[in-house]
Amino acid sequence: MLAASLYDTLLLTDWNVRVVVLGTALLGVAGGVVGSFLVLRKRALLGDAVSHAMLPGVVGAFIAMQLLGYEGKSLAGLLTGAALAGWLASWSIPLLKRVTGLKEDAVMGVVLGGGFGLGIALLGVAQSLPEGNQAGLESFIYGRAASMLASDAIGIGVTAVVAVAACTLLAKEFRLLCFDEAFGRAIGRREGLLDLMLMLLAVTVTVVGLQAVGLILVIALLIIPAAAARFWTDDCVCMVALAGAIGATSCWLGTSISAAAPKLPAGSIVVLTLTGLFIISLAFGVRRGGLWRLVNARRLSVRTARQHLLRAAAEQAEVLGGAVWTLQDLHGARSWSHSGAQRSLRRGIRAGDVAVCGEGFRLTSQGAAAARRILRNHRLWELFLIRYADIAASHVDRGADLVEHVLDDAIVRELELAMERGDEAPPSPHPIGDVS
Amino acid sequence: MHHVAGTSQLPRGSEHDPNAALSIHDLTVAYDRRPVLWDVDLDIPAGCLAAIVGPNGAGKSTLIKACLDLLPRVSGDVRMFGAPWRSVRSRVAYVPQRETVDWDFPVSALDVVAMGTYAKLGWLRPVGRNQKRAAMEALDRVGLVEFARRQISQLSGGQQQRVFLARALVQHADLYLMDEPFASVDAATEQAIVETLQSLRASGATLVVVHHDLQTVAEYFEHVVLLNMRVVASGPMAETLTTANLRATYGGRLTLLEQAATALGRSGKGS
Repeated sequence: MLAASLYDTLLLTDWNVRVVVLGTALLGVAGGVVGSFLVLRKRALLGDAVSHAMLPGVVGAFIAMQLLGYEGKSLAGLLTGAALAGWLASWSIPLLKRVTGLKEDAVMGVVLGGGFGLGIALLGVAQSLPEGNQAGLESFIYGRAASMLASDAIGIGVTAVVAVAACTLLAKEFRLLCFDEAFGRAIGRREGLLDLMLMLLAVTVTVVGLQAVGLILVIALLIIPAAAARFWTDDCVCMVALAGAIGATSCWLGTSISAAAPKLPAGSIVVLTLTGLFIISLAFGVRRGGLWRLVNARRLSVRTARQHLLRAAAEQAEVLGGAVWTLQDLHGARSWSHSGAQRSLRRGIRAGDVAVCGEGFRLTSQGAAAARRILRNHRLWELFLIRYADIAASHVDRGADLVEHVLDDAIVRELELAMERGDEAPPSPHPIGDVS
Repeated sequence: MHHVAGTSQLPRGSEHDPNAALSIHDLTVAYDRRPVLWDVDLDIPAGCLAAIVGPNGAGKSTLIKACLDLLPRVSGDVRMFGAPWRSVRSRVAYVPQRETVDWDFPVSALDVVAMGTYAKLGWLRPVGRNQKRAAMEALDRVGLVEFARRQISQLSGGQQQRVFLARALVQHADLYLMDEPFASVDAATEQAIVETLQSLRASGATLVVVHHDLQTVAEYFEHVVLLNMRVVASGPMAETLTTANLRATYGGRLTLLEQAATALGRSGKGS
């Protein structure tokens, strides 16, 4: 029964459901696209304060319409109230910040809390009015995607398309605003005007999102797609497009499932789907996902261990004057754990860098060549750090295969001249054993 | 506050040179109520390579930002080529300090340099082939072509600084205002930047550069503004960068004075 109706809705066989799902999917695209710029502007939570502050707008509009004798359920009237309140909130936050000198997060807390509290109080008043209980005002808090009419959904869809189109046209300016507003102003872009447009778009998406997912969860529609998309790409345009796709997928899935199982509120399923996609991105995202970070960290630690082993072995050979050394010699040379040294040694033997030689070990010709390169690099880096102490720290990459990959040829030549021994492994500038 | 000797060459009031690339009249800028620049009065002649030097907190960056209306002025007037900034905006390029932006931002070096074309491009037109070509040419001039597609956090500090420089080059401006372009860059980058500045100067541009290193100021620049909340002295390098003026600018910071004296080859005379 559930499976059959889920099948029906996912494939959009019912016309009303089809329109509602399509409308909310477009809302998802708009949320992802507009939200990306909010996140890049570091204003993500502004949307949350704005959406909560919309409750008194909605309820206030209902009460006003009742008192004036209009039909209190008029959706257009309620949404106008929400938009006005949201707009007021989005203005009051920068204004309060400037006037009071408080930090933005504190000001947002005040606006969010104050607005929502006022809304709840007004809701109590509204429910004591005739019709107050049937108006479905609570649905603005939690959303009612599944019971939406096709006409509402068409409104949502059209608004979302307009918001996405506006964002696409202004994408280049928004990107500049988010990245470097001082430069933007220096070429004549007024950041106040751009911020105003971005906030207008955010308020628009929030207002139409109220019906679908409710004012508590609408922030998820703005932030989570953008946050998830960032794990996959280092390009702003790709990030925005991907955030739109993630938003659309979640809204489509969420609304369909909730249409098939009316007891599950659509807003929560949309947000849970979003959260699921976020977790997948967090784990597997190809740019910043956790899995890749782990793999890279592991690679780095293996490589560092090999360098330590080869350096220690070569320096031991230098000190002892012979090519053969024992695990004990090695152990004394560095402050590494016994098991760590053993593990590195085993890996070195497997990799063909180290060969067993009677009681001790020696470097193979491959290992010795690698060690010479590593020693030279290491000592050039040390000399570089000593010579350019004031500016060097951020340029040093001991892991680089060759110093030349990071530093300019001229500097490397200068350092080598200072070493006076050309391409040979230069002598250590500090006593061996005194490991940095 | 030290009494300032030898500043009689300062331009005053309406005696400004109408041909100056940048002239600042009685500029005062304050953060909250604390003024950081007092009555700055300054002319930078067209076609020269000028440095602004002074101790930390002297208001060097503030001066540049106030010229571009990035900070509100308490009083004063700034003219570029005899006109207010707004009407000659397209002839002015700005290189902000590297620390002012988030280098984790999802854009490539090419994207950032292409931002220099936005002013001419207008609001709604996207970056096209011509803008990308111009950006690549600028990246080539600063030696970063092979890094064009890199996300900007994967560049070294010196490379990031050169990306900012390339973005200004794309603007083909007549006046360049640069905020600490040499801050924490390696020696090779510093040399590359100096060469770029000198080639801009040779093609007729005026450059005003906030500089922190007294040892190189005489070598790189031909005009100097010594600033410490007010202009201590401003003029051609040889006659302006004197021990007396440096003492007036840096006060009791003797180590800095000694550095400068060494750089000037006037080993410690009078310090």
